[in-house]
Amino acid sequence: MIQIRHVYKNFRRGDSVVEALRDFDLTIKQGEIVAVIGPSGCGKSTLLNMIAGLYNPSKGRVIYKGSPITDVNTDVGYMTQKDNLLPWRNVRDNIAFPLELAGVAKAEREARADAAIKQVGIDGFETRFPNELSGGMRKRACLARMMLYGAHTALLDEPFAALDAQLKLAMHDLLLRLAADNGQTVVFVTHDLMEAVTLADRVIVCTRRPAMIALEQEIPLSRPRDVLNVRFTNEFKDLYDALWERLRLEYQEDRV
Amino acid sequence: MTSLDDKVDLSVSPPDTGSVAMVLWQTALGIAILFVWQGVSGRFVDNFFISNPLEVGRRLLGWTIDGSIFMHLWATVYATVVGFAVGSVIGATLGIWLGVSIFTSRLLNPYLSALNALPKVALAPLFVLWFGLGIESKIALAAVLVLFLVFLNTFAGVRQVDQDLIDGARLMRATRMQVIIKVILPSTLSWLFAGLRVSVPYALIGAVLGEMIASNRGLGYLVQYSGAQFDTAGVFAVLIVIALLAMLLNFVVDLVQNRMERWRIVSR
Repeated sequence: MIQIRHVYKNFRRGDSVVEALRDFDLTIKQGEIVAVIGPSGCGKSTLLNMIAGLYNPSKGRVIYKGSPITDVNTDVGYMTQKDNLLPWRNVRDNIAFPLELAGVAKAEREARADAAIKQVGIDGFETRFPNELSGGMRKRACLARMMLYGAHTALLDEPFAALDAQLKLAMHDLLLRLAADNGQTVVFVTHDLMEAVTLADRVIVCTRRPAMIALEQEIPLSRPRDVLNVRFTNEFKDLYDALWERLRLEYQEDRV
Repeated sequence: MTSLDDKVDLSVSPPDTGSVAMVLWQTALGIAILFVWQGVSGRFVDNFFISNPLEVGRRLLGWTIDGSIFMHLWATVYATVVGFAVGSVIGATLGIWLGVSIFTSRLLNPYLSALNALPKVALAPLFVLWFGLGIESKIALAAVLVLFLVFLNTFAGVRQVDQDLIDGARLMRATRMQVIIKVILPSTLSWLFAGLRVSVPYALIGAVLGEMIASNRGLGYLVQYSGAQFDTAGVFAVLIVIALLAMLLNFVVDLVQNRMERWRIVSR
């Protein structure tokens, strides 16, 4: 369980202070998939960075599994739009990296990495380097790595924004499958409402900076979800429209 | 820095030996120069100033037959190689250490700038006092020249490491040491190699200069000694040996670099 308790975050940029988050209060249950959506640059990523323990809140507390986060939160896996694979390691060594850090013997970690590689469907590319892979393959490798090191919570920061529509759907399907298999809590940031409603149990709509919660919407669509067809149901459409109505206000103000 | 690097690059860039014809032309040019030199010497310019190829050749042959050139050559090579090794290890270590500890690097910044601005050759008398007239003072001079170049490159490299990669590793439960060894070091490697490559000629410069200042062996000593004896042929002979040695070193560096090429980080 992740509790975000009245969190404020300010950044000092030169002489001015930028307020990224204001009185953000949110509780995420174990195993829940939460989408945070809002205009770009509104402070959504800051939220993930605080759950990961990379930033401290200026005010308020982030409580992870009952204890406040004071240092890097090693219980989470973090995936950004930029896929932080180590460019000098091949796919297998990249995916096995967290196991290597934990001191797992070479034979075992390679076997486990290969199994994970198979699961995300990039087998045959074990000895390729990240720059030899397509964007989608790199995402798959990141997912495999995150899964392999047993992160209980996956933080995703617009992970699929750079992918084309078909590839996105494939990644959505993969993500939901992996999260269900591993019982992961998933918090993901996006500005694609379609993506948010397709994946999440709950969608949090943020205001423009400083980010506050404008709306929380449960997504009671049944699981497992068919990412390809769920968007054509009436239920989906109603939820989408309701959220869009609120989100549009934020974007409209943005244009002024 | 930049101007120095430019000079190094000029001397390092290999001649265009793409075609056999070009090699023939280059050889022809070399022979022509030798003929002109021989012809001009004693006729238009005093032999005392420019000697002549035959005499230089005779000097080289004599040193080779009595074996004395090998003793000097070995002394210089030894000081160059050991100085290079010592300087690069210290430089790389310092670069990584200061690169990861922001407080220390800020603390030492003015002193390091001052030391870096100092012409390192001016340290030679100090090294003679500390390490004596033997090979150690030459190693020290070569090492200090190499040290700063390698240090600056490594330091810059560490500062360029993608913070996201470091954060990623920390989230994956990497210890500080693991972050340094498995993330920072590999991504700094191409910078480190660039520093090593640039500093090889400087190791030779350090060794030769050290020998010229106070020594009784080495190519630097020999060129200094020949000059003091007004032996122009001897000076030219040593210069040729030094030039050949420098070319050999560059060749070795190129060879090593080609083998290391796969370690280079290809930008994504």
